[in-house]
Amino acid sequence: MYVSVKGGEQAISNAHAWLAEARRGDAALPELSVEQVEQQLTLAVDRVMAEGACADRGLAALAVKQSRGDLIEAAFLLRAYRTTLPRFGGSLPLDTGAMRLQRRISATYKDLPGGQLLGPTFDYTHRLLEFSLAAAGEAPPPAPEMEPEEPGPPPRVTALLAQEGLMAAEPEGDDDTPPPDLTRDPLSCPASRALRLQVLARGDEGFLLGLGYSTQRGYGNNHPFVGEVRMGEASVEVVPPELGFAIDIGDITLTECQMVNQFKGSLTEPPQFTRGYGLVFGHNERKAMAMALVDRALRGAELGEDGGAPAQDEEFVLYHCDNVEATGFVEHLKLPHHVDFQSELENVRAMRAAQQ
Amino acid sequence: MPEAPSPASLSTPDLTADRQSWLAILARADAATIAARLDGPLPEFARLRGPETGLVMIRGRQGGDGAAFNLGETTVTRCSVRLAEGGVGHAWRLGRDARAAELSAVLDAALQDPARRPALMRAVIAPLAAAQAEAVAQQARRAAATRVKFFTMAAMR
Amino acid sequence: MSDGLLPGFSDAVFGAQGCFRAILAALSEPGTVHALGGDLAPPAPLCPAAAAVVLTLADPDASLVHDAGPVADAFLRFHTGAPEAELATASFVLATGAMPPLAALTPGTDEIPSAGATLVVQVESIEEGEGWTLSGPGIDGLRRLKVTGLPDDFPAQWAANHARFPRGVDVILCAGDRLAGLPRSVTLAVTLEA
Repeated sequence: MYVSVKGGEQAISNAHAWLAEARRGDAALPELSVEQVEQQLTLAVDRVMAEGACADRGLAALAVKQSRGDLIEAAFLLRAYRTTLPRFGGSLPLDTGAMRLQRRISATYKDLPGGQLLGPTFDYTHRLLEFSLAAAGEAPPPAPEMEPEEPGPPPRVTALLAQEGLMAAEPEGDDDTPPPDLTRDPLSCPASRALRLQVLARGDEGFLLGLGYSTQRGYGNNHPFVGEVRMGEASVEVVPPELGFAIDIGDITLTECQMVNQFKGSLTEPPQFTRGYGLVFGHNERKAMAMALVDRALRGAELGEDGGAPAQDEEFVLYHCDNVEATGFVEHLKLPHHVDFQSELENVRAMRAAQQ
Repeated sequence: MPEAPSPASLSTPDLTADRQSWLAILARADAATIAARLDGPLPEFARLRGPETGLVMIRGRQGGDGAAFNLGETTVTRCSVRLAEGGVGHAWRLGRDARAAELSAVLDAALQDPARRPALMRAVIAPLAAAQAEAVAQQARRAAATRVKFFTMAAMR
Repeated sequence: MSDGLLPGFSDAVFGAQGCFRAILAALSEPGTVHALGGDLAPPAPLCPAAAAVVLTLADPDASLVHDAGPVADAFLRFHTGAPEAELATASFVLATGAMPPLAALTPGTDEIPSAGATLVVQVESIEEGEGWTLSGPGIDGLRRLKVTGLPDDFPAQWAANHARFPRGVDVILCAGDRLAGLPRSVTLAVTLEA
């Protein structure tokens, strides 16, 4: 039973005033600008864009500032804001093969066309705290430059395997039929792979990381290789009805992971490699790789593999990976349940009395 | 089989490829950068729609090259205008820069006018394109500088 | 094709909000007539009220079927983004000429009655205080509404539409810049004039 009660307005208003002051911190220090968040906490902003499922760096940076750095709260703010905007339509599918790369690595081939581009990575740093960053310093010197050995985007690793017929082709779709959209129709299982990828792309990084890790530790056996991780900019194209032709409306930064897994084959399919796929807004390799592992695990049934591991359980994964939903339901427990609890209390007292 | 050009396309040469090119360039420049390139007043215009900000659902491909899926949304700002002298221009761009969307729509309309096009291409589009191409090239050079050169230490068995 | 386009609301947000408020009032108090005012100047044969209703309600998620011809089609689709559809599945149907039978439009389902279509009809005139007698939710007692320009069998069609409640079609009547609403919940009786 729900009973509505009133009260607490003054307490709420005072609590919000304190929140605003706490967010500002010591007023003797300069206030953090949204531009500073956007420029200097870039990976936090990227994570909020991905989990908020809305690519807009300025809005995500504002959400990070407003939420005092609570990134799940920030994703929640971004999701709430996007509901105020009209939907103009859908883009053409991104051509991630044509990305202008900042980073591109493969764990399957050492010397692959286009090479291994490390880009701005934490890999190979020593994970020693840099106390020089604690002192206000000068801007670092510009990064070195070299003329590229080959022009243009390099071929994909999956294409190299496909040339030998060793990479299972991805089913082609009909681009005129819009894919299923979680923001329009509620999730239902069994879900198509298109819907699963949408859910995973906006899913919680930590949850997917744990699930992806579990597949490596024996819960859903598949032995993955990073065929390729790419990070860079891709063009977004739309076909405005008033123009009737495709136009390029700007660049978006993405991280893509193609994970390569062995597949023993079936009655109809020869032994070959299959793909797990991750694609995420911004620069976030951990999320893209975890997404690729979980995508591949969720394809187990389709590929006739033994199921039963948590990462292979579609309902379990898809219904619990959204951190805005999860935090809503977990945190709602702190809202008043005074009446519910009163009835529990009476129940327990009655049971205790009956027992004695 | 090539089709005979229709009377409409004979009177107005097909500008599709040119418009795709300048719209892509304008979409990558902010309002201040575009305005700084204008060396004269813009033609008089009326707004047909917008500038307005909304969402576009960005689609990816399963596995990178398969069927489409919905990746997530992005903010997009669009604007459509009609010039007082005639001619309609449209612009769509990522983000929320309404002033840039409006400037781009006016420029799209003006650039379709053969009398105005050469001067605007010279003053606005060509310099923006050059600056954007240099930024892309610089990123490619930075990435190339982080390319790993492997060398074998010794043959081990 | 886009060269003949006309602007929509001079202020898209306030124009649509004002019109939405009028639609809300018209449907929550059936039989009341609301003037929109505003400066919307749609292409023929659209009347300002019908164009405003479609610009306010239709969007890329709400399909639109109409009989208003190519110039109006370009205008409506440019400003709303509403996709085309079959008459039997459209979210919104706009009739500037003879209206389609109410039974030809989707009434939604018992599970999702909100999926029932909305029919926007341009009529010659709508006047309060005379004509049909309306009753039902949003009407304290009875209210009168006179509509000129609907087919003679409209009251019979309406009775059949009302009978399948909660399913059914909602109707917005437009004349000039004025509109009135007939939600599927309303009962419509032909008043026998003495």
